Amino acid sequence: MNALPTYDDDVLGKVQEWRGAGRKVALATVVTTWGSSPRPVGSQMAVGPDGAMIGSVSGGCIEGAVVKEALDAMKDGKPRLLDFGVTDEQAWDVGLACGGKVQVFVEPVD
Amino acid sequence: MQSSLLERLIRARDERRAVVLATRLEDGQQALVFAKSAEGPLAGDETVVEAARQAMLTDRSGVVETGIGKLFLHAYVPSPRLIVVGAVHIAQALVPMAAMAGYYVTVIDPRRAFASDSRFPNVTVLTDWPDEALETLKPDRATAVVTLTHDPKLDDPALAAALKSQCFYIGALGSKRTHDKRLSRLGEMGFSPDDMARIHGPVGLNIGALSPAEIAVSIVGQITQVRRRKPEGA
Repeated sequence: MNALPTYDDDVLGKVQEWRGAGRKVALATVVTTWGSSPRPVGSQMAVGPDGAMIGSVSGGCIEGAVVKEALDAMKDGKPRLLDFGVTDEQAWDVGLACGGKVQVFVEPVD
Repeated sequence: MQSSLLERLIRARDERRAVVLATRLEDGQQALVFAKSAEGPLAGDETVVEAARQAMLTDRSGVVETGIGKLFLHAYVPSPRLIVVGAVHIAQALVPMAAMAGYYVTVIDPRRAFASDSRFPNVTVLTDWPDEALETLKPDRATAVVTLTHDPKLDDPALAAALKSQCFYIGALGSKRTHDKRLSRLGEMGFSPDDMARIHGPVGLNIGALSPAEIAVSIVGQITQVRRRKPEGA
């Protein structure tokens, strides 16, 4: 009887689907933001073993770096907390062009 | 995250129950906290459960400092709902757009010719009378109601039911003139000018929309504005 919301909600569904198919998955979540950041706290992105991603944690600025950490998290089974911002040493590569800062928690899904 | 917690989290979401996922950032240990129960490795910790319930009440996700370390509290509150009265052409554009914006959408139209499945794939249209349907659906603070039929027999009872509820948005399709006549009818039904000021009519933001899809954009825009925009200076 309902049209399901399709925007935020299918990240978790996708994680479950991938896990159900026996694939490794990591989940990335924005836990803190400072200044102007493109996605609010709680925004999520699922990463598959081939680097496939669903959802987002920024406007596309840091997703590449988050995918790399997510693949590492799948391998070693450990969660990690990542900081991104203009003060970051790698700002030129993966910082936020908007000048904001975000903290992203990346966890493997058992 | 444990698959079992993920499964419970998804089930809670599908059942439209509020839930908070608490995660210790240091090691990823978690608890899934409901209004009256909690599960997961950290569920036995009173501090965690209490902090999570606070996040549930205020609907605020964020990091908090506790005795056992930094916790990220992720409040998953049920998605808002949109109830559309009138399975008309504009509704065919409005339903998928609102679903993309995160709404559970329900369409009501007792006229079976309009309410056919082929016009609304993925949505079963309720064919009850709008006031009866709304009584069952019980619009709450997280619900928007839009009437699109132009027909007072269908729109008026729906608007009356919406005005009696706490829904956060009410919109009614129709020109300024149609809306004025509608307001005088609702006035005769006993609604005060203050009550009726809750109705956005003509519905939607004034962006010069002409086609059904453009009108749907203006409606989704206005609902978003009412839901998200902070008062000036806040």
